[in-house]
Amino acid sequence: MSDLDWIIVALVYAVLAPLAGCILAGVDRKISARMQGRRGPPLLQPYYDVRKFCEKEQITSNGVQDFYVGCYLLFVIITGILFFAGQDLLLVIFTLTLGETFLILAAYSSGSPFSQIGAQRELYAAMAFEPIFLLMAICLYLQTGSFSVSDIVWSGELPSIMVIGAFLAFVIGLTIKMRKSPFDLSMSHHAHQDLVRGMTTEFSGRTLAMIEVSHWYENIMLLGMVALFIADGTILMTVLGIILAVIVYILEIAIDNGFARMTWQNALKSGWVVALVLGVLNVAVLLYL
Amino acid sequence: MAYTTKSPWILHYDASSCNGCDIEVLACLTPLYDVERFGIINTGDPKQADILLITGAVNDQNKNVVKQLYEQMPDPKVVVAVGICACSGGVFRDCYNILGGVDTVIPVDVYVPGCAARPESIIDGVVKGLAVLEEKTNKMKEAKR
Repeated sequence: MSDLDWIIVALVYAVLAPLAGCILAGVDRKISARMQGRRGPPLLQPYYDVRKFCEKEQITSNGVQDFYVGCYLLFVIITGILFFAGQDLLLVIFTLTLGETFLILAAYSSGSPFSQIGAQRELYAAMAFEPIFLLMAICLYLQTGSFSVSDIVWSGELPSIMVIGAFLAFVIGLTIKMRKSPFDLSMSHHAHQDLVRGMTTEFSGRTLAMIEVSHWYENIMLLGMVALFIADGTILMTVLGIILAVIVYILEIAIDNGFARMTWQNALKSGWVVALVLGVLNVAVLLYL
Repeated sequence: MAYTTKSPWILHYDASSCNGCDIEVLACLTPLYDVERFGIINTGDPKQADILLITGAVNDQNKNVVKQLYEQMPDPKVVVAVGICACSGGVFRDCYNILGGVDTVIPVDVYVPGCAARPESIIDGVVKGLAVLEEKTNKMKEAKR
């Protein structure tokens, strides 16, 4: 890629991803409300929330937490740019993990015990979904012969029934990564959980706004990964990929509303069982068939 | 219009209520009243809350808790006293352990009387609180300039 391509991808992602992410978050709350028999907030409610956070007085319990949260936002944006610029899938996953690490550090740096337990649970959640993400990358490599996102797209080997195990594992891993019930152990947008607001308990004002915006970026990147499974570079498959991503997102919302929160032991077990059964079997099939 | 009024997050605290008003506060979240229509979320976190809903009269044991909750909330913030006990102490006002209404400890912006206060009047009180919230937000913005 030339320098100009990089700048264009970076700008388009930095501007469009939060817009789409914000609307997706609004759709999430609307569908959740309808599933509970309520009207629900306006579609743009997540945007109003973030604007409100910016209007509030800034209270920081620990000076370093704003730095950590800023780094989280930065690395989530970099992850998305790397992914949509067609770079190495492993690099994307590792950068995403680095961003995640900054969020956990931020939660640990604030004094609240709720936040600390939330950070601890987020580490378990990371242990649960990281193997799934890595096995997904390995499966795509075995199928297409490359870890590079652009090579995977142009390889002509996708969509393929051969990576269906990795895809299903990824969808379940997404529930953990997006912190949807039953895996919303560390923090949740639902009211009154055992950990109050979990990792974000001590965050308010602009810090909380940064976390919300990071989620918008992150969701778009993760849904991009869903679309990657059937991408072959044609416009038709791109559109189908977007439709598939939206279906998966609505499925996640349905799962979110249909389940109660699990303990972290169960979340970890489910993550690893899914990774081992679906992911490893898929790798074995790709290697030996 | 200030965005604070479009997404007011509520912190609900039971000072020494009989739970009558608390049940009515929670009733506001049910499909029948659905306050999330207005972007209202019942959060448990004072640091993320804009409106403090207090039910019940304040007593010696929890006056510091009420003060601390109020201080932990970032500006602009509004206090709504729900139910007659929170407004004035109600029938408990002469008890030896009761200090009186919430306004004996922290400044109250909106009083919602009733025993128990009906969900309609609680929502009405919160909406009145939004006007105060907007005023406070605008004042904060002007002070910044």
